[in-house]
Amino acid sequence: MISYIQALGRSGIDILQQYGRAGVLLYRVMFHIPNLRKGFPLVLQQIYAEGVLSLLIIIVSSLFIGMVVALQGYHTLAKFGASQELGPLVALSVARELGPVVTALLFAGRAGSALTAEIGLMKATEQLSSMAMMAIDPIRRVISPRLWGGFISMPLLTIIFNTVAIYGAYLVGVKWLGLDAGAFWSNMQASVEFHADIVNGILKSIVFGLVVTWIAVYQGYDAEPTSAGIANATTRSVVYSSLAILGLDFVLTTMMIGGW
Amino acid sequence: MALLENKNCYLGNIGIIITIFNGCTVGRMDNLVEMNELCFERNGRAIFSNVNLTIPRGQVTAVMGPSGTGKTTLLRLIGGELRPSRGNVVVAGQSVPKLRRKALFQLRRRMGMLFQNSGLFTHLNVFENVAFPLREHTRLSNAMIRSLVLMKLEMVGLRGAHELMPSELSGGMSRRVALARAIALDPELIMYDEPLSGQDPISMGVLIKLIRTVNDALGITTIIVSHDVQETLSIADYTYVIADSKIIGEGTPRSIQANQSEQVQQFLQGLPDGPVPFHYPSRSLQQDLLGEKGA
Repeated sequence: MISYIQALGRSGIDILQQYGRAGVLLYRVMFHIPNLRKGFPLVLQQIYAEGVLSLLIIIVSSLFIGMVVALQGYHTLAKFGASQELGPLVALSVARELGPVVTALLFAGRAGSALTAEIGLMKATEQLSSMAMMAIDPIRRVISPRLWGGFISMPLLTIIFNTVAIYGAYLVGVKWLGLDAGAFWSNMQASVEFHADIVNGILKSIVFGLVVTWIAVYQGYDAEPTSAGIANATTRSVVYSSLAILGLDFVLTTMMIGGW
Repeated sequence: MALLENKNCYLGNIGIIITIFNGCTVGRMDNLVEMNELCFERNGRAIFSNVNLTIPRGQVTAVMGPSGTGKTTLLRLIGGELRPSRGNVVVAGQSVPKLRRKALFQLRRRMGMLFQNSGLFTHLNVFENVAFPLREHTRLSNAMIRSLVLMKLEMVGLRGAHELMPSELSGGMSRRVALARAIALDPELIMYDEPLSGQDPISMGVLIKLIRTVNDALGITTIIVSHDVQETLSIADYTYVIADSKIIGEGTPRSIQANQSEQVQQFLQGLPDGPVPFHYPSRSLQQDLLGEKGA
């Protein structure tokens, strides 16, 4: 019984230590913003690696998601004679929920896992140690640009996701199913509020961007420097990110519906 | 110099030693690194207990010992990557464990370290790897950086390979590139972590010659951690042998080879059994085979 309590206490302390280390890492990144001369090009490189290289999966996924939502929505709305409301249905679903959440999930799978593996491998091959021994802070040189890159990329990817998904819905609703294009766009414009729907969706994506990239870089930085350790860290990165996205989405939605 | 017996006498606590060769004082030399009563534990296991060690300026000091005795840990303690549980590590007159982050990084600019895996940045080519510390720590022009990098690469014989990627290099070449990078900022101290492990005889010969040449040509202090006994002793001025969390032998290569300690001799001659047993501690073979329960 005592050993069980000891093991429970030890694992509790381990978890708290992990949260502590992750918190210190975030603090050091946030309060050591990359300088303009050396840091800015590094952040740009990371926006390319994390954002631009994720564009293909984001565009293809959002196109199909928009098309599927339009198809499903049209058949349901048609039962109530409200098929003209397809534009608002798609726009609100995408801008409020699907855009930020699915973008973040795709980002965690594509860019987050790559970040964790890259940093973990740099640790295992002593690249981070050699950097530190050259008096170059690996957090400032490696971690910080990656975290800022993800933080900046996510809202931009979400805007692209929203736009392409709505275009996918337009293709299905107007071009295929024959809805009136004017009704589709004007109903959408009348129903969607800039602050409550668009801005809140972008705010969610900013939060998700920070959390997903934070989890990814921390898991890489804290990974055991072995092949199994890196594999575990990559798995944890995707699992924790996905759970955090869904949990935070509920919390943020509650706050937004409650008017903060 | 390595052939002569030397005797180091401490003068007070200012870290200055007098080196006496055959009874006559030939010079004063201060220690670049000093470890005093050093203790270090990991997961409750003592890696070092009360270790005293000095690294004189301008010499090649070898630290040898069986695998897992903490040789790499020793280098990480000197570099400030790890903090001792007790005792002190003094580098260039500064107590490393007490240094704040900024001061530690300032001190590290005066050190170079060659890691066991080379630690080359895989996304940069050879030239950019060597140029990396120069770009980070100086504001030299590209032309000046190019000249410096090519000179460092020339020194290790790899100027012609400056456009290759690390994945295109052999193990020995990787270490030579890492050496060029480690000396890019002209450090006072350079530490080698197992530079010879896994190398073919030619690469080993090249690396050994380079380590000695770099030390003498640049007038730096060298610490080499290795368990390649003959090669390391051939270039070392002074040697420490570590085992069981303490120093079990020290001296010039000649005196260490004449050391009477069984443990030192087992290590130097590579004897399979001795104070370090061949068998991992266990129950008797009979007990295991017959499935007997016991201690």
